[in-house]
Amino acid sequence: MKKKGAQILWEALVREGVEVVFGYPGGAIMPAYDAMLDYPIHHVLVRHEQGAAHMANGYARASGKVGVAMATSGPGATNLVTGIANAMMDSVPIVCITGQVPAHLIGSDAFQETDVTGITLPITKHNYLVTRADEIARVVHEAFHIARSGRPGPVLIDLCKNAQFEEAEFDHYPPPIRLPGYQPVTRAPLHLLQKAARLINQAEQPVILCGHGVLMAGAEQELLYLATKAQIPVASTLLGLSAFPASHPLSLGMMGMHGEVHTNLAIQNSDLLIALGMRFDDRVTGVLKAYAPKATKIHIEIDPAEIRKNVYADVPLVGDLKLVLQDLIPLVEENDHSEWMAQILAWKAEADQRSIMNWEPDGKLHVPHLVREIWNATGGDAIISTDVGQHQMWAAQYYAFEKPNRLITSGGLGAMGFGLPAAIGAWFANKDREVWAIVGDGGFQMTAAELTTAVQEGANVKVAIMNNHFLGMVRQWQEFFFEKRYSAVDMLTPDFVKLAEAHHVPARRVTRPEEVQEALQWARQTRGPAVIEFVVEREDAVYPMVPQGAALHEMIQRPPRQRA
Amino acid sequence: MRYTFVVLVENKPGVLNRVASLFRRRNFNIESLAVGPTENPEISRMTIVVECPNGDTDAHRLEANLYKLVNVIDVQDVTHLPTVTRDLALIKVKAGPEQRAEVNNLASIFRARIVDVAPDSLTIEITGTEDKIESMIELLRPIGIIEMARTGQIAITRGTQSGIRRMPGLSNYYETTLDMSEVAF
Repeated sequence: MKKKGAQILWEALVREGVEVVFGYPGGAIMPAYDAMLDYPIHHVLVRHEQGAAHMANGYARASGKVGVAMATSGPGATNLVTGIANAMMDSVPIVCITGQVPAHLIGSDAFQETDVTGITLPITKHNYLVTRADEIARVVHEAFHIARSGRPGPVLIDLCKNAQFEEAEFDHYPPPIRLPGYQPVTRAPLHLLQKAARLINQAEQPVILCGHGVLMAGAEQELLYLATKAQIPVASTLLGLSAFPASHPLSLGMMGMHGEVHTNLAIQNSDLLIALGMRFDDRVTGVLKAYAPKATKIHIEIDPAEIRKNVYADVPLVGDLKLVLQDLIPLVEENDHSEWMAQILAWKAEADQRSIMNWEPDGKLHVPHLVREIWNATGGDAIISTDVGQHQMWAAQYYAFEKPNRLITSGGLGAMGFGLPAAIGAWFANKDREVWAIVGDGGFQMTAAELTTAVQEGANVKVAIMNNHFLGMVRQWQEFFFEKRYSAVDMLTPDFVKLAEAHHVPARRVTRPEEVQEALQWARQTRGPAVIEFVVEREDAVYPMVPQGAALHEMIQRPPRQRA
Repeated sequence: MRYTFVVLVENKPGVLNRVASLFRRRNFNIESLAVGPTENPEISRMTIVVECPNGDTDAHRLEANLYKLVNVIDVQDVTHLPTVTRDLALIKVKAGPEQRAEVNNLASIFRARIVDVAPDSLTIEITGTEDKIESMIELLRPIGIIEMARTGQIAITRGTQSGIRRMPGLSNYYETTLDMSEVAF
């Protein structure tokens, strides 16, 4: 049956299981927006296209499905770019659909024409320029397949306006895929599994490094089984948090630049690292030549290009983490590493003496305490999305994540402005779940306009603004590494309560610890979005910290408390 | 050192750009890149000569990253294998009637051909390995090269042997590159 290209687009999206699209209309995508009215897909009108890409990201991570963002050509498409790059760095499956000028005008510098496939080439897993209606069904199907399979990532479809208008046959779906060069590997060969198992069985100080891949592959149960069977402690990357229950005795929490002291020491003293779905980012390893010098490394990873990119893997196992672990676990023997765990816990006990959590109340608000209060109020079960900076690290350190996909944060790209839109996207994935955006005063201002999106959609998203009137993380670096010469970090902030209220969002300001619990309960009981501005201690720093260029064990630890 | 890769890609618009962009993004320097059709009209063949300062480590990285491009079908490293490699150059030299014999002599020594003669210039076509072409250029330089065009190297392995494939999914990645003797057991 003949249909218009714009109709074929929505027919295909419906068949790919799309329920919600985050977008912003404009000239070159108008035929698609017109056809959209006839299809059972909910459209969320964002306030800036960056918000659409971040919402698609939050939705994808909270739902396990592919998130969809839509924008027009030119500025609409270029506004998506930060969100696409963010999805690329964090391997999040999103499909972005952008309008493009009619095919015959391409290259003529037509109104709102931009070379979007060119711009997004290095920040997409793949992209398409579609000039004819009869290509749409196949391209949409391929795009979803590529986005969600292998190492997931963003795929962009740049859709010429004429292709949306023109008619083509639309009969059966899905159309056949023609991707001769795209064959993700799923299983690792037996002899390497055996070698890995032998190393695991012989190790005395093993550590599992749990990355985002565990969540992407849905391998949380396999991880739990491997860790408990061989009694191996589990350290997480920032994006791996929530894959392994924080309350588990084998959980070491976060590793890396702002990782726990005992976690980083465990890695540095380990004789075997079992890296699961992670890529040895520089924020995780510290300086490479001093990284885990005694450890043999097993690297289980779906992307062959990550093997030996940063850290030499002695046994690389390329494949789908869930399947590889299922193959590996039977070869791993039950074991006991209680001596090793005792050593790690001794390190922890020593480090805990400096913990801010053991401070006497000082009448001020400190973000770690607030994160813990949010944890208490939400029963530890909320989806937490964050922006980027100090509050992000504190959220990662002090919200003890128990269940998978509860932390949604911008890891690899570190994109400020991510928190609020990602929270809105996450809410669409599961409208019954409590969603909190923990943001800083700087990042929040980048995408604060999405508050009205939340109101318009009735998105039940709570926003906790940690306002220290500073760009805190940059300030911290300037304090530590630039002789406290504060450059462009002191920030005048708007009256966030009035700002929220102007966006039709009820809001409160909290300045004293005794107001915190009541305010949190107020926000939780408020229908729809709510904002709390916490006016926090200005010059707190995130500890521990591995300075850039230092080895992972060379951490700056929190200085002993100075009494006033 | 210099590595030579044979890369089979889908014959679609923009694929050359994707490949070239990848080399730039991953900070590799292309020495030469030649593209042309193959016996299959849907597949193009690229011969890419690239500097790999860290040897096989870089070669592995490059191959792995090439496979991340959805349009890349096959990557073979032919650097260490017996291959036939050819480059073609068109060299226009400043040569009046009195230098024609000299140029003609040089051309015949190199089995090159004179493909265009004008009153004050000659154009020579030479095919061969890069070394051979470089030698000819050096001998022509004193006579006066006006301009030159080169195709870049193309390569094909000798016999039925194919190049080394390091990546999984297409052949046995582990056996060919990862020297498991490095792992002590």
